Amino acid sequence: MTALRAEGVYKIFGRRPGEALRRLRDGATRDEVRPWGTAAVIDATFEVASGETFVVMGLSGSGKSTLIRMLNGLWRPTEGRILLGDDDLARVDAKRLRELRRRRVSMVFQHFALLPHRTVLENAAYPLEIQGVDVAERRRRAGEALELVGLSGWGDVVPAQLSGGMRQRVGLARALAADTDVLLMDEAFSALDPLIRREMQDQLLDLQQQLGKTIVFITHDLNEAMYLGDRIAVMRDGRIVQVGTGEQVLSEPADEYVAQFVADVDRSRVLTAGSVMRPPAVTVQVTAGPRQVLRTLREQQLPAAYVVDRRRVLQGVVRDADVVTALRSGAAALTDALERDVTSVTPTTPLADVFAPAAESALPVPVVDDERRLVGVIPRVTLLEAMTPADIVPADDLPRTPPEGSPLPGAVTTEPEVVA
Amino acid sequence: MSGTSILPRLPLGDAVESAIDWVTTTFRWLFLALRDAAAFAYDALDAVLGGPPAWAVALALAAVALLVRGWRLAVGSLVGFAVVIAVDQWDNAMDSLALVLLASVVALALAVPLGIWAARSDRVSAVLRPVLDLMQTMPAFVYLIPMVFIFRVGIVPGIVATVIFAMVPGVRFTELGIRQVDKEVVEAGHAFGSTEGRILRQIQLPLALPTIMAGVNQVIMLALSMVVIAGLVGAGGLGGDVVNALTRVDVSLGVEAGLSVVILAMFLDRVTSALAARAPVSRALATASA
Repeated sequence: MTALRAEGVYKIFGRRPGEALRRLRDGATRDEVRPWGTAAVIDATFEVASGETFVVMGLSGSGKSTLIRMLNGLWRPTEGRILLGDDDLARVDAKRLRELRRRRVSMVFQHFALLPHRTVLENAAYPLEIQGVDVAERRRRAGEALELVGLSGWGDVVPAQLSGGMRQRVGLARALAADTDVLLMDEAFSALDPLIRREMQDQLLDLQQQLGKTIVFITHDLNEAMYLGDRIAVMRDGRIVQVGTGEQVLSEPADEYVAQFVADVDRSRVLTAGSVMRPPAVTVQVTAGPRQVLRTLREQQLPAAYVVDRRRVLQGVVRDADVVTALRSGAAALTDALERDVTSVTPTTPLADVFAPAAESALPVPVVDDERRLVGVIPRVTLLEAMTPADIVPADDLPRTPPEGSPLPGAVTTEPEVVA
Repeated sequence: MSGTSILPRLPLGDAVESAIDWVTTTFRWLFLALRDAAAFAYDALDAVLGGPPAWAVALALAAVALLVRGWRLAVGSLVGFAVVIAVDQWDNAMDSLALVLLASVVALALAVPLGIWAARSDRVSAVLRPVLDLMQTMPAFVYLIPMVFIFRVGIVPGIVATVIFAMVPGVRFTELGIRQVDKEVVEAGHAFGSTEGRILRQIQLPLALPTIMAGVNQVIMLALSMVVIAGLVGAGGLGGDVVNALTRVDVSLGVEAGLSVVILAMFLDRVTSALAARAPVSRALATASA
C-alpha cells in the first residue's frame, strides 16, 4: 500500500517561478534558469510504501531538505502533487493541513528543535498538547514514548542538561508520541558524533521492527542511507537521479555521479554474499568414486572440491591428499576422504561476515540456501574485488592525461615529479 | 548667502508647524481626553509612591529588589534610598519614578505589539525602521515643543514625549528577539500542527523573552533620561530641580538632584536585568551549566 506519493513535484524559489518552471520543462538546467529563480526540487516522482524506510540521499544543496519539507506542507510545491493518503498537500487549505500534521505525519529535526524552556516530558508531550489530548493522558503517552527510546526517568530535566544523542532521542520520542503513521526525519543523526550516530541507527531499526512506521529519512551519508533504507533515492542538483535498493544503487549506479558517490561506501555492509557469489567451478557427487574425483581435480588443477548429493545439498569437502590416502588404503567410496565440517554462509549474509570464513580456508566460501543446497561460492579474489568499486582503476593504471570524455571528471592529473 | 542662491529656502519647519497647528485644533477633544487620562493615571501612581511615609515606600522597593535578585541588591537599594531621603529629594524621586513607570508601561504596550508585527512582516519592518531612527535620533528637546502646544505645560507633555522617545528599543529588541528564535523550533511548531497564535505564544515569545527583557530595561533607562529633560516643560520631579539648578547655577542642588537620578537609575536597571535572568529560557539554560 502506498503511504506517500509525489508526482512531478517542482519547488522553485525566487521572483518568477512560473518562467523558471516553463524553461525547466523545456529541458533547461538548474543553472540556466537561475535568473528567474532557484530550482530546489525538479520533477520529483516517487512512491513510499507503507511500513517502508525510504531514504533520500544527496549532498547539501541537492534539494533533499526542501523535498522533505514539502511532504508535510512546510513548503508548498510550485507544481505537481504530493499525495498523503487522499489529500494533495499542494492544494489542501491551512486548516486541513494542520489536521494532517497532527494526525498523519510528524517530523524529527537535524538540530533537535526542542523547546528549551520545557522539560523532556513536556517536550515529548507537545504534539499531544496540540492535538488537544488532556493532561493526564498526554503525560502517560509521552512517558511511554520516552520509554521506547530509552529515556524513562529523564522526564523532569530540561533538554540543555542532556547530551546531543539524548536530545535527539527526545526529538524521536516527541515524533513517536504524536502517533502518526508517517515519520519524516531530516538529517536526524547528522549532528551526532559517529559512535552515538551508530547507536541511534540501531535503535531506529529496532523501533521500526516494533512499530512499522512509514519513514522518510534524509541524509548526506551514504553508509547511513544503505544501513537504514529499504530503498534509496539519490538526489543531485534538485533531481532524483536514481531510486532503488542499496544493492541496486551500489551495483548498478544510474550514472557517473551515483557511481562516484558510492565509491567510498562501506560496501561490506551493503553487499551480500548472494550478490557476489559465483557458480562453483567444480562440484563432485557424493556417489562418485575416488579415482574419478582425483581425475577431475587433476584436470581442473584444483586442490579440493565441494561434495554435494543429488539434490545439491552440501555434504562436505574433499582434498586431493585425502583422496590419494583413501585410494592407497583401498577405499572404494568417497565418504572416507570426506571432510564434513565446512563453514558456509547464506545469500543474505553481508560481505562483512564472509571475511572470517574466507580467511579460515583456502577454498572459496560455499553459499548455501535454507535447505543447505549449494547455490554458489565466493572465491577470495571475488570478495576482494567486490570491495573495490567497479570503475575505480588502480592508481598505477591511470593514464597520465585522461582521454577525452574521461569517466572520472574529478580525477587529478599529476605531472611527473622532477627529481633533483 | 552662497547656499540660498542655488536652492530656494525650503519652508519645512513652517509646514510642520502649521500641520501641528491643524492637528491641535482638529483633534482638540482627543488630546484633551488623553491629557485627562494621563494626568489621572499619573496622580494615582504618584499617590501610591509619594503618599505613604518615605521609609515605608523605600522598604517596599527594597523588598522588590530582594524578591527578584537577592539581599545584596535590597541592602544596596536601601542605602541608596537613604541618601535620597537625606538630601531631601525623596518626593521629587517618587514623582519621577511615577512618571518613568507610567511612560514605560505605555511605551511597552505600544512597542511590543509593533515589534511582533515587524518580526512577522518584512514590509512592516522596512517601513518602521526609518521611523524608529527618526524617533531615536531627533534631539529630545524637539519633541517637547509640539507637546507643549498640544498638551500645554505640565506633566502630560513630559509623559508623551517620554513614551515616544523611550519606545524605540522596545520595538527593536522585540523584533530582533523574535527573528532570532531558532527557525527549526518554529518549524517544529508548524510540523506538529500548531496554529500561528500558539507558535507565537508557546515558542516565539518565550524564546525571545530574554531579548525582549533587555529591551524593557533599555526602555526604562531611556524613560528616566527623558524624564530629566521633561523637567524643562514643568514635569517636575528630579528633572525640575536639575533645571532649577541649571538656571540658577546652583552646584549643590544640581549634585543632589543628579545623584538621586543616578540612584534611581541603578535601582531600575538592576531590578529589570534581574527580571530578564528569571525568564524560563534563561533559567533552563542556567540549570544546565550549573
